[in-house]
Amino acid sequence: MYEFLRTLDRRWIFLLMLIAVTVPTVAGWQFPEKVSRNTQRAFDEIEKLQPGDRVLFSFDFDPASAGELSPMATSLTYHAARRGAKLYFMSLWPVGPQLVRETVAKVIKPEFPEYRYGEDYVDLGYKSGYEAVIKVIVTDFRKLYLTDAAGSGIDTIPMMKDVRSVQDMDLVISISAGYAGAKEWVQYAKTAYPDTFSMVAGCTGVQAPPLLPYVPQQLPGLIAAIKGAAEYEKLLNAKYDLLAKPAFVEGTRRMGSQLVAHVLMVLLIVVGNIVYFIGRRRGVTS
Amino acid sequence: MFKRTIPLLITATAGIVLIVSYFVPLAQNWGENVSVWFDILAAMAFILGGGNLLKMQLKKISDRRPGWGYGAVTMVAFLVTLFVGLLKLGVNPSVPHPSYSWAGEFNETGSIFWWFYEYTFKPLTATMFAMLAFYVASAAFRAFRAKNIEAILLLGTAFLILLGRTYAGVWLTEFIPEDSSFSILRLENLSEWIKDTFTTTGTRAIMIGVSLGVMASSLRIILGIDRSYLGAKEQ
Repeated sequence: MYEFLRTLDRRWIFLLMLIAVTVPTVAGWQFPEKVSRNTQRAFDEIEKLQPGDRVLFSFDFDPASAGELSPMATSLTYHAARRGAKLYFMSLWPVGPQLVRETVAKVIKPEFPEYRYGEDYVDLGYKSGYEAVIKVIVTDFRKLYLTDAAGSGIDTIPMMKDVRSVQDMDLVISISAGYAGAKEWVQYAKTAYPDTFSMVAGCTGVQAPPLLPYVPQQLPGLIAAIKGAAEYEKLLNAKYDLLAKPAFVEGTRRMGSQLVAHVLMVLLIVVGNIVYFIGRRRGVTS
Repeated sequence: MFKRTIPLLITATAGIVLIVSYFVPLAQNWGENVSVWFDILAAMAFILGGGNLLKMQLKKISDRRPGWGYGAVTMVAFLVTLFVGLLKLGVNPSVPHPSYSWAGEFNETGSIFWWFYEYTFKPLTATMFAMLAFYVASAAFRAFRAKNIEAILLLGTAFLILLGRTYAGVWLTEFIPEDSSFSILRLENLSEWIKDTFTTTGTRAIMIGVSLGVMASSLRIILGIDRSYLGAKEQ
């Protein structure tokens, strides 16, 4: 047994991981979530929105991290629309607009058919320049955005008429997977104009530690990784009773795979160390 | 002169303007203009990047270097995507301009570019990211060893976070009442405590250090002391 484990082909580990992530997904295992403080704060921040308030969504991620971030994008968009807010979508990542479109198709069109493009929501599209885009639009949208994503003049869009800059927003939500993203929004927009708008962020697991120092001063709420998305879904479902809709339990469903995968990782580390200590006692060097 | 002095002057001017515009409200407009120039340059960098990609891959293919076949795949994918995107193949006329067949968006649903995105780019990038789980599991089995005190601390923290971030943590320590003075020992609370205390403190210290380093480096670049960005010969 020891020899088998010492020389274990890594393809066995790959197979175990495949089973660990596939079985809970296929079987639809779901587990209860305990809501963390940061997610609760993010939820409360959006609950403060009043009908007609302006919310800027920055979709700063790509399909690689969509598995982790799309569920929270769905929930946040639903929540803001449910509060009656006007939604402004943009992206600092080149493929962000496609993800905006997917979210609009998944949330706005089926759940809020009364929402009209240009009056209740608008897609401003992608602009190159990373944090320099934030630096410009935080004082003047029109220096960069002359049209929306579809090419319509910005001044022909009714909901853009009274919007001069990001400072006219009530809430900024950055859903980000790295650079440029939530950190840059905090540094170049929220920190520079702390009292003009509020900010909430959603991020991948690896991006959470660099954002934690900004909580709660610059970032009142932070939704971290798929667990944060599952916690948010719990709050959203408790308040608005959406359990029958699969789009709003995506994060919870994915937490099933995460649980089994994490337990497998712990077991692998334990077994790996047992093999290591037995080998050390026997004088095996590798 | 053109290769050295002018880039140095542009850098110094842009840097000083951005610093001044942050502190002097009257100069805010200058800072915005510099940022707009940067955004335009960033857009131009895409063309430069595309050209560089072609140059590198063509060289690799013509030299028949190991892996040149992948270079060919990269080039074909790049050129085909560029072609269908620029020519808006499969795009329908937009509602405001029904008589112009190219008026729709290049990536609208049903277009060939959308098809590439939906059925090639999206699954490929998602697959690459998902493969991390397999390699991390393999690495955990082979490399995560309790060799010394530091490694044991790291290992213990990893266990607490791995279990505390899922329902497994709640289930394992739910015998500790939530309202007792020992509730901190519940795994989900322990992982939150580690995150809020140690992770945040450590990250904050790193961020302050990095910021001071960035300030020093920026000053060196703005003042022309550090010229490494101009190329190896200028260092």
